[in-house]
Amino acid sequence: MDNTIAKKKRRIALGCEGSANKLGIGVILHEGDVGSPLATATVLSNVRHTFVSPPGTGFLPKDTARHHRSFFVRVAKQALSDAGISIADIDCICYTKGPGMGAPLTSVAVAARTLALLWDKELVGVNHCVGHIEMGRAITGAAHPVVLYVSGGNTQVIAYAEQRYRIFGETLDIAVGNCLDRFARTLGISNDPAPGYNIEQLAKQGGRVLLDLPYAVKGMDCSFSGILTRADELAAHMKAGGVGPDGEPFTPADLCFSLQETVFAMLVEITERAMAHVGSSQVLIVGGVGCNERLQEMMGAMAADRGGSVYATDERFCIDNGIMIAHAGLLAYETGFRTPINESTCTQRFRTDEVLVKWRK
Amino acid sequence: MATSSSPSETPTQSQQFPLPKVLTYPASAPPTLITQGAEGRLYKTTHLTPDRPCALKYRPPKAYRHPILDARLTKARLSSEAKVLERCWREGVPVPAVYAMDPAAGWMMLEWIEGVPVRMAINEWLGERPEEEEEEEDQGQQDKDIPPGAGEAAAGEEEAPLVNLMRRIGTVVGALHRTGVVHGDLTTSNMMLRPWGEKGQPNGCAASEEDQDKQKGKVLEGDVVLIDFGLATQSMSDEDRAVDLYVLERAFASTHPRAERLFTTVLDSYREAFKKAPSVLAKLEDVRMRGRKRSMLG
Repeated sequence: MDNTIAKKKRRIALGCEGSANKLGIGVILHEGDVGSPLATATVLSNVRHTFVSPPGTGFLPKDTARHHRSFFVRVAKQALSDAGISIADIDCICYTKGPGMGAPLTSVAVAARTLALLWDKELVGVNHCVGHIEMGRAITGAAHPVVLYVSGGNTQVIAYAEQRYRIFGETLDIAVGNCLDRFARTLGISNDPAPGYNIEQLAKQGGRVLLDLPYAVKGMDCSFSGILTRADELAAHMKAGGVGPDGEPFTPADLCFSLQETVFAMLVEITERAMAHVGSSQVLIVGGVGCNERLQEMMGAMAADRGGSVYATDERFCIDNGIMIAHAGLLAYETGFRTPINESTCTQRFRTDEVLVKWRK
Repeated sequence: MATSSSPSETPTQSQQFPLPKVLTYPASAPPTLITQGAEGRLYKTTHLTPDRPCALKYRPPKAYRHPILDARLTKARLSSEAKVLERCWREGVPVPAVYAMDPAAGWMMLEWIEGVPVRMAINEWLGERPEEEEEEEDQGQQDKDIPPGAGEAAAGEEEAPLVNLMRRIGTVVGALHRTGVVHGDLTTSNMMLRPWGEKGQPNGCAASEEDQDKQKGKVLEGDVVLIDFGLATQSMSDEDRAVDLYVLERAFASTHPRAERLFTTVLDSYREAFKKAPSVLAKLEDVRMRGRKRSMLG
C-alpha cells in the first residue's frame, strides 16, 4: 500500500458530485495524523449549482446531465479560487460513483476523469450515501449515531457496525423526498429553491385540520407511494370543492401540513426503533429532506425523550454537495483506496452497505 | 416490549418517567421500569395477586407526533396487538397471555416471560467464541443430534447449539404464520428465550453432550417466545409473510453479522413447520430483489 499520503500533514481533495439535479464541487483539507482523534477536516470551498425545472415538472436525466456538463468548468474554477489553492496542492480527485441518475452521474464522472488525467492526480470513486454520513459526522461531531438518510432518492435508517454502514430500515417503494417532490408537482408548487422547501413553508400556514392519510410502517421499513396516491386524491377532492373531516373546505397548506406530519412521524418512528435496537441515543439526519426544520424538531423531541440528542446540518451540507464527496473520498484515500482510471465507472445502484468503511474501527 | 441491552439499569430509572395512572394505585411491590423500547415503556408489576408477576406495556403519548395521529395510532395498535396475541395464544403459538388492557389509556397487562432476549443470548454465545469460527476442534461427536435438513450441518459441531436455536426460531415463526398472523417487527430483540428449567429439554438437544459443550450451549437453551406484537397484523398474504421474514433476515444480518450465514437454517425449519412456506419463500426472493433495487437515486 502506498503510505506516503498517510504521512503528509496536510491532505487536500477535490470532490465532484452530480448524482441528481445538483452539481457540486468542493475542496476539503485534512490536517493531523491519519486516524488520530485530533485530525481535523476543514472545508476550503463548497460550490453548488442546481438545475431547477419549471413548476409541475420533475428534472429529467437528459436535461440534468446537460446542465452538469455546461456548468462543470465554471463551478470547478469557482471552487478552486474560493479555496485559494493551486492545482499542485490537490492530492486526489473524488467523484460520486453512485447511487443516482445515470446520465448526470456519467457527465460528472467523465469530467472528474478528465481533471485527473489533465492534472495527473489519482481518482477516488465515492458512494453518495457514505459521503452524506461522513460529512454529517464531521460537521456535527456525532461519534456513533443512528443515521437517518432522507433525500429525493433515498430513505434509509443506518447504523455502523463492523466496518459497514448497515441499513436497518428503508423505504419499500419511493423515497420520502420523492413523495414530497411529486406532491409539490401535483399542487403546482415552485421547484425553486427546492420543492420540499416550498412544501415546508406552505405547511407552516396549515394545521387547522389533520387530514387522514395512510400510515405505512412495516417493521423498520416504511412505504410512501400509497400516501402519495391518497394525498393526490385529496388534492383533487379539494380542487373539486370538497370538504375535510370537519365539514369545512381545506387548503393546499392543510394538505402539506398533513403530509409532513404523517411521513415525518413514520420516519421518526423507524429511527426510534433502530435506536432502541442498537442502544444508541444519538441520531444524525442527513440528506436533502434533513434540512426540514419540522423533521428536525420532531426528531429532537423523540431523542430528548430517550435522553439523547439530534444532530443535523443546514442546507450547505444536507443538500447534495461536492465537499462531502471530497471528505469521504479523502478518508478512503488515506487508507490506501484508489479507483484506477479504467475502473472509474459509475452506477445507478450502489448500496450503502457495499462500502468497506476502512477508516473506522 | 423490546428489551434493553442492560437490564441492570432498572431500579434507578423508575422515577425518570411519570407513571401511567394504573400504576399509581397501591400495590404490595412498586413497579419497576424494565425498558424504554421504541414503542413505549415496559414495567414489571403484579396482576391480581402479589406472586403473579406481569408485564405492563404502556404507550405514552409521543410528543413528536400530532395529537390526533398519536391517539389514533396508540388506540389502534393496542387493540390490534391484544387481538393478535389472543389469537396466537388460542392457537398455541408461544406468546405472552393478555391479562388486562385499557386501549384509550394506552396500557396492557401481559404474562411475564422469564429469560433473556434471543439477541442477548446469541451475542453472549458468539462473544465466547474464537474469531475463527470455521476452525472447529475435532471432538469426535460426529453422531451428534443435528436434525435432518439443517442447512448448516456441515458447519460443524461447534455451531450446533446456535443452529438448533435457529431451527427453533424458524419453527416458531412458521407456527405464527400458520395462525394467520404476521409479526411486523421480527428481530432477535423481540424474541425471548424462556429457560427450560428442571422440566428437561423438549427435543433432547444438548442433553447428552460433554460438559464443556453443555456449558457453552447453555446460553442458547430455552423456548423461543415471541414478544412485542405492536406492529402485528392478521394476514394470510404471502407478501406480508415474506416481508416478515425479510425484516428478520435483515435485522439478523445487522445485529449478528458473524452468524448471518446461519440464517438459512431459520428458513429451512420454517419450511418444515409451515405447509404454505414454499410460496412465501418464493415471494421472499422477490422482496429481496426489490430491496436491492431500492438503492436507485441519490
